[in-house]
Amino acid sequence: MFSPFANKRVTAALAELGGIALLAREATSSLLKWRVAGRDLLYQIYFIGIKSQSVVLITGAFTGMVLGAQTYIQFHKVKMDTATLAVVGVSMCSELGPVLTALMVAGRVGAAIAAELGTMRVTEQIDALRALATHPVDYLVLPRLIALHIALPVLTLESIVVGILGGYFVGVSVLGIEPTYLWDNMLKYTHQVDLVIGLIKAFIYGGIIALIGCYKGLTCGLGAEGVGRATTEAVVYSSITILIANFFLTLVMGKLLGLL
Amino acid sequence: MIEVRNLYKGFSGHAVLEDVSFRIENGESVAIIGRSGSGKSVLLKQLIGLLQPDSGAVLIDGENIVPMNERQLLRVRRKFGMVFQGAALFDSMTVAENVAFGLRRHEHLTEGEIASRVAGILEMVDLPGTENEKPAELSGGMRKRAGLARAIVYEPQIVLYDEPTTGLDPIVSDSIDQLIVRVRDRFKVTTVVVTHDMRTARRVGQRVMMLHDKRIYASGTPEEIFASRDAVVRQFIDGVADAKENVL
Repeated sequence: MFSPFANKRVTAALAELGGIALLAREATSSLLKWRVAGRDLLYQIYFIGIKSQSVVLITGAFTGMVLGAQTYIQFHKVKMDTATLAVVGVSMCSELGPVLTALMVAGRVGAAIAAELGTMRVTEQIDALRALATHPVDYLVLPRLIALHIALPVLTLESIVVGILGGYFVGVSVLGIEPTYLWDNMLKYTHQVDLVIGLIKAFIYGGIIALIGCYKGLTCGLGAEGVGRATTEAVVYSSITILIANFFLTLVMGKLLGLL
Repeated sequence: MIEVRNLYKGFSGHAVLEDVSFRIENGESVAIIGRSGSGKSVLLKQLIGLLQPDSGAVLIDGENIVPMNERQLLRVRRKFGMVFQGAALFDSMTVAENVAFGLRRHEHLTEGEIASRVAGILEMVDLPGTENEKPAELSGGMRKRAGLARAIVYEPQIVLYDEPTTGLDPIVSDSIDQLIVRVRDRFKVTTVVVTHDMRTARRVGQRVMMLHDKRIYASGTPEEIFASRDAVVRQFIDGVADAKENVL
């Protein structure tokens, strides 16, 4: 039915999916038995959470600002200027905050994870780890997975806050919208559930970035080319998976929460 | 005790090892020699479960490790120390952190006890005072020594060496050979050294096995192997290339 080339590609894709699923199972089992060293976890939280602050805050602020400006242009035509920040609030909380934060972290952290683990693999450091009776999932995957699960919702929250403040700043200072109504409408139409949806999404995207980055690093090909390819694929696959997952999560959570 | 029974291993349909069987007694020191690409390192990695054979059995103290999963293998690997060809030191850590890695993970020691053990083992491998250096700051010989210190600090029963003298000058190679013998005699460990360096094989091996054409081709004491009149063994020991290889 398919050409041999297509068959090979489909088989390889399914094998990768299976590999990531097995890695997730091993990591979950390791997590339940808490086989993680506190020091390693703290370092990963620092590297992933603290060191990603600037890129996430800049992304969030300018996304909120441009969204505010664009929304104003449309809403001004129908004299709904003061609803501008409400659109920014809802969008940042449930969609743009988690997705853009995850994409930025996938680029920065996902690539770093794949490159680090890939280099360890090609220089036999992973084998050395195993020879020292240490499971790579316990030592390498679990701290990164937990750190991303913790850091991404926090980073997303920060991105949402600066995005809304950015939109507010543009609305009031540049577009001259009346600040009290602007803020009041944002609070009126942005519900707690929007924020909860965004944070749940961020938690899931954290897992996606960690698992794909670790999997690509642990299974990378030999040599510099293998590490380079693993790094690129980690970013591309994480980003695409996040975008696809976002659509389905929006639908599923919308249904579950009675929003759709 | 290490026992290998009818081991087969191949990659992408290409056989590397076929029907390999041997036995290494506790405390014995064995050198496995063979040409580059003959499967020596592949064989060594199967002894510790870093690679899975296609078929056959690897028994460590009578326990077959082939059917074990990665987590079950961790228990068996505590009996082993392994020195890798490129040392495989963790480059994000200092020498002391590398050496202390196994102690921190598996033994309940205070930081003072760990520091004392690390300093002692670094002294033994002639690397005193290098605790705070990073692997990138060390020479090839020093990296091998640090790798050896990391492998033996928790006093394993078996130490595996993968090409311990490759890439080192003859004087440093000699000091590594002496170190391997010192570790063997002091800790009474079972030693398996994979090498294509004839001097290393002669110095550290109480028994030498030659891997050729995917099998254990010859086995004996160093004296027997080095006095062998077999054409294949002789060619390897004397380092004579085939006619078709001379063009290279």
